[in-house]
Amino acid sequence: MGNVVNLKIYDPNKFHSLLTVNKNEVMRYGGMMTSRSLVSPDESDEAKAEVIKLIDECMAEAMPVLTYKVCYRRVRVDWEDNVPVLPFDHFGSLNLANNLKGCNEAVMFGATIGVGIDRLITKYNHLSPSKALIMQALGAERVEALCDLFNDEIKEEAAGSGLSCKPRFSPGYGDLPLAVQKEFVAILDCAHLIGINLNESMLMSPSKSVTAIIGLYGSI
Amino acid sequence: MSDIREYLKDHILYLDGGMGTLLQKRGLKPGELPERWNITHPEIITELQKGYFDAGSNVIYANTFGANSLKFDDEELTAIIHGALDVARAAREQSKATQEKFIALDIGPMGRLLKPYGDMDFDEAVEVYAKTVRIGSKYGADLICIETMNDSYDTKAALLAAKENSDLPVFVTNAYGEDGKLMTGASPAAMIAMLEGMHADAIGANCSLGPVQLRGVVEEYVKYASVPVILKPNAGLPRSVDGETVYDVMPDEFSSIMQEYADMGVRVLGGCCGTTPDYIRATVDKTLPDMAKTIEKNPVTDKEITIISSYTHAVEFNDSPVLIGERINPTGKKRFKQALRDEDIDYILGEGLKQQDAGAHVLDVNVGLPEIDEPALLDKVTCELQAIIDLPLQIDTTDPVAMERALRHYNGKPLINSVNGKQAVMDEVFPLAAKYGGLVVALTLDEDGIPDTSCKRVEIARKIIDEAAKYGIKPKDLLFDTLAMTISADTGAALATLQSLHIIRKELGCHTSLGVSNISFGLPQRELVTSTFFALALEEGLSAAIMNPHSQEMMKVYHTYRALHDLDENCMDYIEFAQNYVPAGPAGGNGAGTAAGGTAGASGAGAGTSEGGSGLASGQATDGSKDEYGSPLKRAIVKGLKEQAANITRDLISKGNASLEIVNDEIIPALDIVGQGFEAKKMYLPQLLMSAEASQCAFEVIKEDMASHPGEAVSRGKFVIATVHGDIHDIGKNIVKLIMENYGFEVYDLGKDVPPEDVVKEAERTGAPIVGLSALMTTTVPAMEETIKLLKEKLPEVKTVVGGAVLTQEYADAIGADFYAKDAMATVRYALEVVGG
Repeated sequence: MGNVVNLKIYDPNKFHSLLTVNKNEVMRYGGMMTSRSLVSPDESDEAKAEVIKLIDECMAEAMPVLTYKVCYRRVRVDWEDNVPVLPFDHFGSLNLANNLKGCNEAVMFGATIGVGIDRLITKYNHLSPSKALIMQALGAERVEALCDLFNDEIKEEAAGSGLSCKPRFSPGYGDLPLAVQKEFVAILDCAHLIGINLNESMLMSPSKSVTAIIGLYGSI
Repeated sequence: MSDIREYLKDHILYLDGGMGTLLQKRGLKPGELPERWNITHPEIITELQKGYFDAGSNVIYANTFGANSLKFDDEELTAIIHGALDVARAAREQSKATQEKFIALDIGPMGRLLKPYGDMDFDEAVEVYAKTVRIGSKYGADLICIETMNDSYDTKAALLAAKENSDLPVFVTNAYGEDGKLMTGASPAAMIAMLEGMHADAIGANCSLGPVQLRGVVEEYVKYASVPVILKPNAGLPRSVDGETVYDVMPDEFSSIMQEYADMGVRVLGGCCGTTPDYIRATVDKTLPDMAKTIEKNPVTDKEITIISSYTHAVEFNDSPVLIGERINPTGKKRFKQALRDEDIDYILGEGLKQQDAGAHVLDVNVGLPEIDEPALLDKVTCELQAIIDLPLQIDTTDPVAMERALRHYNGKPLINSVNGKQAVMDEVFPLAAKYGGLVVALTLDEDGIPDTSCKRVEIARKIIDEAAKYGIKPKDLLFDTLAMTISADTGAALATLQSLHIIRKELGCHTSLGVSNISFGLPQRELVTSTFFALALEEGLSAAIMNPHSQEMMKVYHTYRALHDLDENCMDYIEFAQNYVPAGPAGGNGAGTAAGGTAGASGAGAGTSEGGSGLASGQATDGSKDEYGSPLKRAIVKGLKEQAANITRDLISKGNASLEIVNDEIIPALDIVGQGFEAKKMYLPQLLMSAEASQCAFEVIKEDMASHPGEAVSRGKFVIATVHGDIHDIGKNIVKLIMENYGFEVYDLGKDVPPEDVVKEAERTGAPIVGLSALMTTTVPAMEETIKLLKEKLPEVKTVVGGAVLTQEYADAIGADFYAKDAMATVRYALEVVGG
């Protein structure tokens, strides 16, 4: 705890979940599951095969430019009248309080897959909106895969000291305003360590980035 | 105190070490702004900085790393920078150490990313840094250190601000990742090219890694840099031990590696995160005794390397020829002229990408047409190209205003096309090249025109070299073009060009370039002459050619020349080229002509394009698919086959079908098939888009045709579209734009983050009956509401259609929209209803 911000840079060749893409998730992020009633399990579904082919093309171009970086800090969670005292939330979010119930510690983290995907999205916005759509969805799937990987590691580490993890919770969810991002990324030194910057609307660039907090609680 | 630039000539210069980690030990809280401590805890800062002077540092970075107008208001910013410099001066006075001592205004990244990644304009960024620079120089900084920059464009903004607002020496260091590149992709060579072009006084690397991991970066710097090289690494890599950050390299090891780097030619030594006065003291102790010897061994000298750069990489001019793609240029291209008039950026970008795929190393950018605003358009095209293509650009214009804007906003060191021996032109172009950096194409002509003899052309070249020297521009930053003139007018023309090329390359030692295709103007089968001339010129020492990379004959010369001149290891590049080489058939026409109008990848299959199209079409007709979709073109569109759609359309036009008929009888019905399939949930969104893209390709052919038969129009109506103010998500908007265009609407796309007034202005200007607005975030729906309100007030007859992830029918009703579109097809249906189509 205290002052340490840790940095993790993942080599995709060493982690199965970074090397492989869940194409169904890509389709889900691309809004493709809702545009049809449901994907038929039928493998001979010609329409789906065409979309998968497009995803494969996008992957071939995008995967080499992705970087997988996380910076994180373990923080104490003090409680005052059922409200957690956190270094970034001055709004008293009830949803977050609820999420962190029973936690005296938490892990704040920022994760990003880098700016390469943003350049590809920009490129295909001009040249091929179908690919731009897939690139967007692929980027979303990738950064979530990174968060899942990191989350699993935290879970394992916490279990070592007899702690369990709450589901991760991000600025902008529920009643936790996006405005807390400013403090959140400052505390994690995100700009310097992994290159996440905020724009005027508190959105992150690279766009495929996530900030979140994971509450840790004693399992007894 | 001497000028630091003078001091550097015969000294190793020692910088300070880490500050952030030391401040945290003194109680700086996570997320707290350390610059405020200049006011609240000045004695602590002074004490830490005195420690560095005592350890032997020549330069202390004032505590101003994050002091900028995005974080502090003007009054506090002034107080903080003034305070920081006072605090550092106090440290200098208190230290009894006797070395030369300088105080630097420290400038770190401002914390916002520039476009295209972020939302900040380049000029806005320059102004942010300029404020810091003005205050720092007013309150007596000795130099400016720009550090820890991880984006080349941001670095350029800071350096430009420093140069435009002070006369102080400027040091620039970048933060490289473990891949040896900046976060946004720049290599050391690319940064060196850009920063030296803009006259940084010393350059190098700091932070992010330890001295060991930075070895590759250091090697690049000492190889390419002609100015003193700086290294200010972390104390190795951080890890967490019992809640403390610990770095893995201790002072002794650190200083040994620094000593080794000093021996390799690094002239400015310091430390970053995790280093303390002990690290600096150890480094000084190891390198000071042998300083004179080290300096003698590694004098700072001009590297004589000719180099340009993009935002990612450098292109070096040496024995291997550099290919400059000439296709972004309206001369003789009707379709391209139309694209410029329509500001059809997508078309221009497409031309750029095709040339990259074909093997161009640099792209020439010329958008000069008499009736357009060239400064605005050249600027826009330059910025859009560098957002998606990583090739260096050649800024090609005769308008000095256009040239300056493009050079200012270019992310790297460009080629500048061009200067010549006319005094008036040199007076205009050289100051710009000196300020922004660039390799200047110099044409060997002057007030008297193009000399007939090589002797006179070389004379002009010498004059240009002398004039450039007055601006500090070295001969290595001039690229001489000895002017290829057509041999159809004067059969001696080629010889004069080649002879002068030879002398300039071999005797003056300058690099050369030619617009090779001029040589064959007016002759039949031009490519035969042009490609042979290209080969001859290469043999005489041609360094670069402005050429058509889609020309197979030209690429053949390029690849065989490299293989024959031992420039292609194991002939690998040649073998790859040969595998895709398609010899022109007996019916093959002029390759260049075919490729010019061709689609992506046409270079290999140019000669057979139209046959290929009809061949495919009849092939499909026989396999029964014609029955399913009604025609080959419909099938190509439904299946999303771009090249086929274009080829079949070209074929139909050549057989005499009218453009309008193709649109109404083929394209629109095909789109309807897909649209209905999508609405019935039988097709996915990407398929809808792929079909739209295929029909776009068909439209492209039709547009080309119409450019030669003006008068026909296929517009269903006008439509203005924008992502609302504050919102930067534009993928949904782009999807709607594409589908609407496919249904024959003239779409005026205002882009993203568009203020309400601009939407109203565009609707008024175009007279569009419908405006589409997109918003993705709940936080920007109010901006949408405001836009609708303003539209209703100023243009009550205009209909509004809204869409985006957060919108619902209820939301749309609440903010007064005329129609809520759940997807792109819904927008089309509504728009058709409004225009009565």
